[in-house]
This record gives sequence, structure tokens and C-alpha cells, in this order.
Amino acid sequence: MEFEAVIGLEVHAQLSTQSKIFCACSAAFGAPPNENTCPVCTGMPGVLPVLNRKAVEFTIRTALATSCAVQSKSVFARKNYFYPDLPKAYQISQYELPLALAGHIDIEADGGTKRIGITRIHMEEDAGKLVHEGEFAGAQASLADLNRCSVPLMEIVSEPDMRTPEEGGAYLRRLRDILVYLEVCDGNMEEGSFRCDANVSVRPKGQKEFGTKAELKNMNSFRNVEKALEYEIRRQVEQIEDGGTVAQETRLWDAAANVTIPMRGKEEAHDYRYFPDPDLLPLIVDDAWIDALRKTIPELPAEKVARLASTCGISRYDAELLSSSRALADFFEASVKIYGGNPKVSANECIHWKDAVAAGKISPETIAHAVEDRETGKISATASKTLVELVIRTGKPLRQLREEKGLSQVSDAGALEETVAKVIAANPKEAESYRNGKAGLLSFFVGQVMKETKGKANPKIVQEVLKKKLG
Amino acid sequence: MAITREEVLHVARLARLALSEEEVDRLRDQIGNILDYIRQLDTLDTREVVPTSHAVEMGTPFRDDSVCPFGDKEAILSNAPDRFEDFFRVPRILED
Repeated sequence: MEFEAVIGLEVHAQLSTQSKIFCACSAAFGAPPNENTCPVCTGMPGVLPVLNRKAVEFTIRTALATSCAVQSKSVFARKNYFYPDLPKAYQISQYELPLALAGHIDIEADGGTKRIGITRIHMEEDAGKLVHEGEFAGAQASLADLNRCSVPLMEIVSEPDMRTPEEGGAYLRRLRDILVYLEVCDGNMEEGSFRCDANVSVRPKGQKEFGTKAELKNMNSFRNVEKALEYEIRRQVEQIEDGGTVAQETRLWDAAANVTIPMRGKEEAHDYRYFPDPDLLPLIVDDAWIDALRKTIPELPAEKVARLASTCGISRYDAELLSSSRALADFFEASVKIYGGNPKVSANECIHWKDAVAAGKISPETIAHAVEDRETGKISATASKTLVELVIRTGKPLRQLREEKGLSQVSDAGALEETVAKVIAANPKEAESYRNGKAGLLSFFVGQVMKETKGKANPKIVQEVLKKKLG
Repeated sequence: MAITREEVLHVARLARLALSEEEVDRLRDQIGNILDYIRQLDTLDTREVVPTSHAVEMGTPFRDDSVCPFGDKEAILSNAPDRFEDFFRVPRILED
């Protein structure tokens, strides 16, 4: 029997605000333990949460960028459970009335485009972090650091629209790129600012009803999400083929062993007794606010790839590499505006130097001038690379360095004739062989001329002059 | 009776309350009375009524996204039943 998988993904994205969602503590990562805490986020009696406007705006912008319907009224609810990283004993989240519903994003799948539905996007607060005292099994205590308590998150829940681990990976990457383009989340999976849980089930191909799903947790990279899905799909199919059934359970991905293992069921873990938080009035969003935020949505990755590929004369593959970062794509566009003679080479250069671009070590002029000078034969490919490296090291403009270091190449045929004549005279045997048909010797002569000119000659021109003189 | 014994025990367990037999019976009566009282609402036709989460007719106020440190970590940590350096020290939670 042939099976197909049904995959839905839940993403928790940390919003890149300065302060927490309900208090004025810093939301920054990496502060000393409990440095960023106050009576509100540690759940002291008598305090009141006040909602961070920017966190709302970031979530609305995400909703707009994923074609969701922003709800004019949404409600914060308390999700009740006891855990030492949750000092209030409830997490403020949105439950029945989330901020956004019914959107979608398009992914590339099987050479075409596939639309993945987004069920909902809601806002919530993060919990603190537990450090386990001592590495040994008999440790008696855990240590709670509440810095992360109340850091703003949005949860983005997809429809069960994905059928393969690759589609899951493509959806996650596209979603991450959108959030990073919007500058609402840094998208760092390893540091936990972009986390993913997966719901996965299998069913015989053609069957309409879903199978029993397992929830997968603990995947901290895109690759791990794909590997966990692959493993889990295989496990469920084998289970059914062996005459068993799939249990509805939460399973943890063990990245070291490459398996998913059942998480020991917390008793009654899913009885959260949600109810509207009496401390927070409904979140009201009017059309004027939504319209104003709509104007802040930049060109998104999919649109950018399509535009660069169709209007800039570069391949779709290069367009995708460039669009992996908004800054890199902007850099490329700025560079070809200065010199657009060969956008393909400009694209390659931008991709090659992308780390320097990200670090702000080179400007669009650097690449534009490097490409232009190569195109016009002023510098060699080697000199171009050397010069960009020098720009990175010294911060000086490329053309200034070109003059200072004498890296211009000689493209004037007349100026090269003397050297070429000298080289031919010094190698009469090779010249004879060349004339007798050993065409491969041309590169030997080019090499000799390059050596003689300390690499400053334009090899193309050298070839032309050599051919003329030897011919 | 509006609530079963098992439901009382379930809710007590969720709230980490250990109840005596006598308390279970008494709470069952009390909670049952409360639920019966609220159940009077069932006699009303609420099909046209928008669900109300709060009694006040206004939206939640906002704050700007600016950081203002509380600045008294000691005061926060002084509430810790037990502490280790600048951490709250809590009984170990066994993950698995």
C-alpha cells in the first residue's frame, strides 16, 4: 500500500522588540540571570500587564505579508499550568479569538508553486529558562532564569497542507525569509528565536480522513525538522504495515541518535483551562492602523526573486541566492545601478562577497567598480579579487587602491608589443613548434608575458598580440 | 448535582490541591451550587448576543516599545523561596 504524509507546522517566532510584551524590561538575549525582570513579568500580586504596541504591529505586518485577515477584535487568554519557568502559573496567549486568521504562503514544490494555508497567527508571551543544577542524575534542583519571561512571541499555525518533509522545509524557509524581510524576527533557529513544532500523520494514498497524528518537538534547525519528519513518517508507515496503530502523542527529536522518542506524557498536560485574561481588555485594531501598516510591507522574497530574475538578466538561481537576504539583494541592485554592464558577473561577485556585504565592509561601488574595470580590461580577474580583499582590509576605495598598488593591467596592444617580441625572441624553439601546429603552446607564451609584466598585462590582449606576432 | 466527585478531584489535581474526603464533598456541594446559579443563564436566548469577554467597552491601552529597567533585581530575588547566586532555585523537574 502506498502512504502519504500529512504535515502541519507550528512556528513560534520571537518578535524583535526592544522591550517585553507586557512590561518595560529589556527583551534582549544573553543578559546575566534575572537581570531583565520586574514585578510584572515575575507575576507579583497586584501588577497589571500593558501591551507593547510594536509587538502588535509586528504581528499585524506578518499577518498582512502572509495574506491573513487581521481581526478587528482579538482577546488575550490565560493558559493555565504549573511549571517553574512560568511564575504567574499561566501564560498569556490568544486562544479563541486570535489576531489573524486564514492566510497562506506560496512555496516552490516539484518545480511548481504550492500554496500552504495559514490557519492563524496569535500573540503570546514566552516563558523563562531552566538550568539544571549539575549534570549528574541525582541533582536536586533546577535554576530558574526569568529573563525570557514575557518576551513577545507570535505563533504561526499552518494548515495540514504539506505532504513531504521537503515541503515542510520549504515552507519554514520561506516563512523565515518573510519574517526576516519584515524585520520582525531575526529568524535564528539555533538561538531559539524561530522554533518549530510539527504535527505529522500518514494515511493510505487516496484516503480523505487524516490518520492519528504525532506532535514532534525539539528540532533546532531546518535540516533537523526535515530529518525528524522523514524519520517519523517512516516510523508511522512501518507501524501500520506491521499491523499496529499510531498513538497520538508528543515525540522529541533526538538529533544525536536521529530518531524521535516519545515524551513522557505529562498527566493532564492538555487541560489548560483557557479563559479571557481579565487584566487585558480586547485588542482592537481599526482599518486605518492596518492600512498604515500595509504601507510598510517591503517587497517580499518571492516577489523579489521573480523581479530580479525577469528584469535584471540573471538566473533564477542567482536571484534566489541574492534574495536570501534583503540587504544582499538591495546591495546587488545598488551595485548594478552604478555599473550594469554585466549583471551576471555582478550577481556572482555579490554572492561571493556576501559575508563582507553583510558586515558592511564593502560598498556597492566596490563591486560595481571591480566588475566595470574587469569588463573594460583595466584589471585582471586576479587583481579584482585582490583589490576587493584590500578594500575589506583597508576600507579604502577600490580605484584608489588599484592606482596605489599598481594593479591596473595593460590593455594597450601597442604597449605590449615590445614585451611580446622579447618573449618570442627568448623562446625560439617554442615559437617554431607553435608555428608548426602546436597551438597549445600559446598559453605558454601568455604565461611568459604575464610573468614579464608581473601579471599586469590583459591576457586577452596578450593572446591577440601573440597570435599576430607568431602567426 | 451539577458536578461529579471525579470532576472535583480532577480540578483539585490541576490546582495541586490535596483534598480530604470531607473537603471533596463540601466543595462538590459548593461548586455545584455556583454552577446551578450560573445555569440560570441557559434560560435566556443569547443567539444574537456577541460573546463578552470583558465588562468594559473599550480596547486595551498600549505602551511604547521602550526599555525602562526595573533596576532592583535583589527585590525580585528576595521573593525566592530558595536561591543560588542570581537564580531562583526550584525543586528539580524531571523531564524524562
